[in-house]
Amino acid sequence: MRRMRFRRLQDQFAGHLMAALTVFAASLVLLIAVALLMRARPLLDIKPLGQLLTSSDWRPLHGEFGFLPFIAGTLWVTGLAMVLAVPPCLLCAIYLAEYAPRRLRETVKPLVDLLAGIPSVVYGLWGTLTVVPIIRDVITPWAGKRLDFIPLLHAGNPTGYGVLAGGIVLAVMTFPVIISVTEEVIRAVPDGLREAALALGATRWQMVKGVVLRRSLPGVIAAIVLGFSRAFGETMAVMMVVGNVAQIPRSLFDAAYPLPALIANNYGEMMSIPLYDAALLAAALVLLLVVLVFTLAARAILLRAVRRAV
Amino acid sequence: MGKHLEERFFLALMIASLAIVTGSLVFILTTVVVKGLPALNLAMVTQVPKGGYYLGKEGGILNAITGSLALAGGATLLSLALSLPVVLYLQLFARDSRFVYLVRLSLDVLWGIPSIVYGAFGFTLLLFLGLRASLLGGIMALAFLELPILVRAMEEVMIMVPFELKEASYALGATRLETALRVVVRQTLPGLLTALLLAFGRGIGDAASVLFTAGYTDRLPTSLLRPVASLPLAVFFQLGTPVPEVRERAYASALILTVIILVISLGTRLLARRFTRHVVR
Repeated sequence: MRRMRFRRLQDQFAGHLMAALTVFAASLVLLIAVALLMRARPLLDIKPLGQLLTSSDWRPLHGEFGFLPFIAGTLWVTGLAMVLAVPPCLLCAIYLAEYAPRRLRETVKPLVDLLAGIPSVVYGLWGTLTVVPIIRDVITPWAGKRLDFIPLLHAGNPTGYGVLAGGIVLAVMTFPVIISVTEEVIRAVPDGLREAALALGATRWQMVKGVVLRRSLPGVIAAIVLGFSRAFGETMAVMMVVGNVAQIPRSLFDAAYPLPALIANNYGEMMSIPLYDAALLAAALVLLLVVLVFTLAARAILLRAVRRAV
Repeated sequence: MGKHLEERFFLALMIASLAIVTGSLVFILTTVVVKGLPALNLAMVTQVPKGGYYLGKEGGILNAITGSLALAGGATLLSLALSLPVVLYLQLFARDSRFVYLVRLSLDVLWGIPSIVYGAFGFTLLLFLGLRASLLGGIMALAFLELPILVRAMEEVMIMVPFELKEASYALGATRLETALRVVVRQTLPGLLTALLLAFGRGIGDAASVLFTAGYTDRLPTSLLRPVASLPLAVFFQLGTPVPEVRERAYASALILTVIILVISLGTRLLARRFTRHVVR
């Protein structure tokens, strides 16, 4: 009888302990946000966040911390990465879900997973060793000769380190997220719909275009949002190829300085300049908030898509 | 027949996309091997940096290899200590479905947080605790980074445990805790090991979170409170020097890191295949 009571007490105690740990894990997001906010307060007290985000005056020694060049850099690199990554990822996911024989799919999926596992410094190394030289030696001179009249493609930066290099490396890094989520939502489309389309004489592509994609559109959008969110905070690989010049890029060949790279590059000296650490942690807070919004949006879209698919 | 032409056109585009995706993996791996292999030698993996190493003199990156293993190993254990109770709670104990929903939501957000933010958070945590960049700091930052990965991977395996198995255990008079540890955990052990390996692999490759929190040193890791070197940062720092010999060692370090990741990923697959045979379905 006593043994029984001990076991029940043990069970209750473990239950409470586990509940406490679960609450801790769940409040970690809040904890991180509050910690960053507290450290950023000294700066935010002087200058409201809105002003920091829209000013492009970055002179830490004079107490000027305008984030606009860094936010612009992040948006340029991430936007380009999405433009480059989304079309091949969607086509690849459609192929894997709708066309590929089972064996091919089972060979390719581990490879995509492997791509997700490669550390970001290795991506960065690959970028500096192959992507940057190709841009420097081939693409920039060619664009300088042929395409210089387009402002977006003005080849004013001969080093190869810049938005284009960052976008290419980042695009490859987002392949796995976009492909795996898209493939999953496409495969969740009920077979009956496919059969109905095929029975009406549609070709496979017509079926994909008219039925499968239309049905899984919210899921595909969620996949892209997730990819964007992943790319937005990526640090090391981008930092190694993007040039890190604090300016608002005007062309694909210009150097940029994304927000994560700003944080990572200045951790050494940030304690020696007043308010510098507050500024960098405010930058981290901005990253956190953006990712928060994007993750919640993707989740809401996905949940709705799942509910509709059933 | 326009529609068949369209079919062929898009099929060709799809196959081209597949080639781009798999091709970029092959491209990355061959770049690392081709550049890294010539620079790799025994001293790289058996010695720590000697005097003048960063000018191209003798030495290796044993400090970074052991440091990375200690960081990722410690972080995975710490993260396990936090995530296993969370997963068991969500699976067996929790009654309030709104609470469970909130926990999952919060873990989803954690999953998406960039590693540089974990690094910044770890840094403020260290300042708060009055510590400097150290092995302990790196382990904490990485453990938070690995937490959502571990929880999600472990939950995926535990969902597979048949409900009847739990019912049978309860029917025999076992408490929830006994059912959790003796039935569910034992039943899912291979899957849990796979999850641990996955988290370890994610931890060992991450640079941005250990940049602030673990620091860097030429010595082997000996104390939790001392700075520690790591492979990703070894790649990053050595690549940043102007000395060609040192840059080549960055290639070799990247090759070592990539091989570790490949071995882990292969191990995960073999483990998953081998152990599932003994699991009750």
